[in-house]
Amino acid sequence: MVPIAWYLILAAILFSIGVAAFLIKRNVISIFMSIELMLNAVNLTFVAFAHMWHQVSGQIFVFFVMVVAAAEAAVGLAIIIALFRVRQTLNIDQVDLLKD
Amino acid sequence: MQVALFIIFGLLAVAGALNLLYQRHPINSALSLIVVMMSLAVLYFSLGAEFLAAAQVIVYSGAVMVLFVFVIMLLNAGEEVHTRGSKMAYIAGIPGTTAIFCILTFVFLKQRNALGATHLRDSLSGTSSNITEVSHQLFTSLLLPFEVTSILILVAILGAVVLARRES
Repeated sequence: MVPIAWYLILAAILFSIGVAAFLIKRNVISIFMSIELMLNAVNLTFVAFAHMWHQVSGQIFVFFVMVVAAAEAAVGLAIIIALFRVRQTLNIDQVDLLKD
Repeated sequence: MQVALFIIFGLLAVAGALNLLYQRHPINSALSLIVVMMSLAVLYFSLGAEFLAAAQVIVYSGAVMVLFVFVIMLLNAGEEVHTRGSKMAYIAGIPGTTAIFCILTFVFLKQRNALGATHLRDSLSGTSSNITEVSHQLFTSLLLPFEVTSILILVAILGAVVLARRES
């Protein structure tokens, strides 16, 4: 008998760490990984609520989130490869052409 | 049983996430993210979502993280260097993140009685398992979104190939 609130708080902890990593990390691959961490935290919330309501729709939503995350990872990593080929760096502080 | 599972794997997930934040080298971050995903799979299983637990291990820890590790190796990513921007991110990021966490936790703890508690499902060995329910919903009422996601995956594959192709 675990309270649902514990699962939600665990998801909140993981999401907050994901946000912090997104802001603090300077490597573009690490930033991408922290986005995946945030997606996982939200998925845990969905599964906990699906369990709470005895409905399977929450789990189906998580399934679609996983599909979109897989597609996003493929395209995002291709963009990172293209970026590295042009700029020869993974540090986001050096990819600031839009700022100038 | 469920409390023990939650505490062990919840702590493991938090430790992995903190290690992701702490490590400077991307490959160490990737490996600790795999720890987080595996412990989340166990938590899904304890919440009665067996299909999602399997999909989490196969899709996330398997496919997506292998892709990440491949790209880290391919680009030979080294340790990240701290710059002026990262100092500003520390100053603005840590209080903001703490604020987000405090607000979320406050709301969840305030509503904890309305949220209720988990219970081990007795339908695990019954006639309608979790996978039966998921697939029934997915292939009847949600067939159109399911087919649209296949097109999305196809577009993503084509996009990845076009973007990563070496221009000649």
